[in-house]
Amino acid sequence: MVAVQETIDQVKAIDVDQYKYGFVTDIESELAPKGLNEDIIRFISAKKSEPEWMLEWRLDAFRRWKTMEEPSWARVHYPKIDFEDLHYYAAPKTAEGPKNLDEVDPILLDTYKKLGIPLSEQEILAGIAPEHRIAVDAVFDSVSVATTFKEELAKAGVIFCPISEAIRDYPDLVKQYLGTVVPVTDNFYATLNSAVFSDGSFVYIPKGVRCPMELSTYFRINEQNTGQFERTLIIADEGSYVSYLEGCTAPQRDENQLHAAVVELVALEGAEIKYSTVQNWFPGDAEGKGGIYNFVTKRGDCRGDNSKIAWTQVETGSAITWKYPSCILRGDNSVGEFYSIAISNGYQQVDSGTKMIHLGKNTSSRIISKGISAGRSQNTYRGQVSAHRKAKNARNFTQCDSLLIGDQCGAHTVPYIESKNATAVFEHEATTSKISDDQMFYCLARGLNEEEAVALIVNGFVRDVIQQLPMEFAVEAQKLIGISLEGSVG
Amino acid sequence: MNAEARVQGTQAEQGLIEQFAALKASGESSADILAVREKAFGAFEAAGLPHRRVEDWHYTDLRSKMRTAFPIKEAKSGGVLNIERLNACVFTLENGRLNEALSSFGDLEQGVIVRPMSKALAAQTPEAFGTVATQDDALVNLNTAFMQDGLAIRVKDGVKLTKPIHIIHINSEGESASYPRNLVEIGEGAEAVIVERYVGDNDAAYQINALSEIKVADKGSLIWVKLQQDGEQAQHIGSTAVHLGEEVEFDHFTLNTGSQLSRSQVFVACAGENSKIGCRGVSMLSGKQHSDITLLVDHAVQACESREFYKSVVDDNAHSVFQGKIIVAPHAQKTDGQMMVQSLVLTDDAQVSVKPELEIFADDVQCAHGSTTGDIDEDLLFYLRARGIPEAQARQMLIIAFLSEVIEEIDNERVVTLLEDLVKEWLEAKKG
Repeated sequence: MVAVQETIDQVKAIDVDQYKYGFVTDIESELAPKGLNEDIIRFISAKKSEPEWMLEWRLDAFRRWKTMEEPSWARVHYPKIDFEDLHYYAAPKTAEGPKNLDEVDPILLDTYKKLGIPLSEQEILAGIAPEHRIAVDAVFDSVSVATTFKEELAKAGVIFCPISEAIRDYPDLVKQYLGTVVPVTDNFYATLNSAVFSDGSFVYIPKGVRCPMELSTYFRINEQNTGQFERTLIIADEGSYVSYLEGCTAPQRDENQLHAAVVELVALEGAEIKYSTVQNWFPGDAEGKGGIYNFVTKRGDCRGDNSKIAWTQVETGSAITWKYPSCILRGDNSVGEFYSIAISNGYQQVDSGTKMIHLGKNTSSRIISKGISAGRSQNTYRGQVSAHRKAKNARNFTQCDSLLIGDQCGAHTVPYIESKNATAVFEHEATTSKISDDQMFYCLARGLNEEEAVALIVNGFVRDVIQQLPMEFAVEAQKLIGISLEGSVG
Repeated sequence: MNAEARVQGTQAEQGLIEQFAALKASGESSADILAVREKAFGAFEAAGLPHRRVEDWHYTDLRSKMRTAFPIKEAKSGGVLNIERLNACVFTLENGRLNEALSSFGDLEQGVIVRPMSKALAAQTPEAFGTVATQDDALVNLNTAFMQDGLAIRVKDGVKLTKPIHIIHINSEGESASYPRNLVEIGEGAEAVIVERYVGDNDAAYQINALSEIKVADKGSLIWVKLQQDGEQAQHIGSTAVHLGEEVEFDHFTLNTGSQLSRSQVFVACAGENSKIGCRGVSMLSGKQHSDITLLVDHAVQACESREFYKSVVDDNAHSVFQGKIIVAPHAQKTDGQMMVQSLVLTDDAQVSVKPELEIFADDVQCAHGSTTGDIDEDLLFYLRARGIPEAQARQMLIIAFLSEVIEEIDNERVVTLLEDLVKEWLEAKKG
């Protein structure tokens, strides 16, 4: 079957030449010299006024990184990256040091306003904009320029701050958890990140606290020839809940830029973390020139019993995406979820998916992935589901659909399914009729047709998260979810 | 795996290098064939034995599993292992060498030519030789480098064979290796059923690397059944490479019960439109068996239909691996490909690794894949037990039913009966 017209139009609307966030903010930046060596790492560490142990950690990572090779197994092709030809640190000159919101350079505030990110608390607090309240950590190149609602959150005991601040102010928490989900030597890019990460967000939700508002980090790459290496660490203590959103954009530039982030989530007993991403990095122009290389390691650890981690991602940007948000289901009865919509246009290459590693008893996971490729793009779903010997009664349901628009693009599915015990039940389906017979029946019995029913069910999984995205393109994201499944292929 | 070790190679790689040098020195091959062998061995030597870092070998690390490479030892086995109920034309290879006394060249039907591969190669290399198995694959290369003997079969245009051809590979020598090589050409509009069966001595640790090249011309039809029932200590690695013309009907079936370690590769290339392909298989594993089925169906042209359906029953400490890939080339519109892999895991020590892959470059296609992994359904078991059937028997019934679903898709009654009997035999043997 060929894709329906409506879908084609919707995908067209977000084609690479329609990129809206390609403007450059003209601001004076302080850059680290190009290249990567121990001095650069010392420079970054000093810039952040880090304690000695952190510097050692970075240097150790750097030494290990030097012995590693770039991974080549993903279905993406790009010229070799010259890691010496990058600035590993870039910060707006005016953003040095911690600041109150009203001290932040107006140019920066303006940038975020243009991107549709509300950085002003006053209006919201005063009730002028009574919409959803979202605390935002805005990261500009290598530094966090503002974090909103910090005091408000502190009242609930929630820590939400740039990670560089957390390293100084909450060293014990950072030491306890940093690198425990994504080990320093996990992979080439994670190790590089460990050595040179500049900023990112740190979140700690204390025991039993339901975070009073959505937390959000907005990443913006502005400077030329830089790499952005952010590091996010979220810890949800026993019985807590947090919903976290991440957004990213970058200016339109001719050269490729590297973004290699590491995100670590820790859910302790009974905790729940919802992590949503709207990734809209500059995808390169219509000829495939420029764009961000998005090489990201994201992993959540359901460390305690009855914990839950859900990843939701809407991927429309980046020249190359190499990203597998994963869940380690360590605690008994823990739940991992992954909902993804990846849309590629132009010359984009996407190799994305998830890993669900079942270690504990009665763990369950669900993967819903929709890939849509148009233009000359290649879109690959790569997912792994594995059950350890002790993961009794592990359950997984995977559904991945892909849709091709035009005959110049490709859609690929590479699932790895590994079961090591008899009680694990894994299902991998590529047909749309198999979401859940009960749910389908319920909808059909109420007069919806099959396609509407499927859209409704998929919507049900992601809508509540997507709708609350504080960004302009949340509207687009929502449109995309409603995209017709008609004509989809395995 | 440091650089130095790599240059030296593993013990098995060293062994192969020495054996190849000896083969060259023996002067048995003609200059032409020697050139073919050298090219293949050169390609093998450059990459070495595949290991887990090679994506296609992730689950079957041949470098660590194949510690030594045994030399070719040709000897008579003396066994006759025909399956009477097939009523077939039988050819027997012993330790890789065709035994003409145990081969029924005389019973052949009109319109089919069968020659020993060794003679075919010595006289004049058949035109199609080496044109189907063109993959740069370690197993294909090794077989080409060391190939001993086998059958060159040609069914002439329009000839419909009434009797199956049954190729039996018997291996009885311990610490030996054999490299059988077949070439099968099915003419335009011709029809054939070919069963190849691998059996061997349970006490003998032998290695077998078999390769069959199959070419089916337009409107031809072929059912190919591979029964891998090698001895308990055997290492079986084998490849089937297939090239299909237009409007072909091709069915491939693998029954996997033998060997300590096995890897069966099937490469199907659709070169003509409107062909129908069925690739199916059943693996029944117990003890410490490791069995790998790797399948590649390449829809290079429009409007072909393929069905890939594999099931495995995994008991004890066994490990079942399935890697399947459907490729739909750009412009291969109207392709219809459906892949299904189902595994029954009977114990907590058993392992299943499945990778059903789709690689699609055309937009007007229908492709799907599915996979399920789990134990026998408790509800079904309860249903049968509630009707007074003892648990062991109920489980057996359910396993038979599970596997029959694949077997029954073969459009040949004799083959279906044979396979169903073999499933029952395996279950009986396991019970004892």
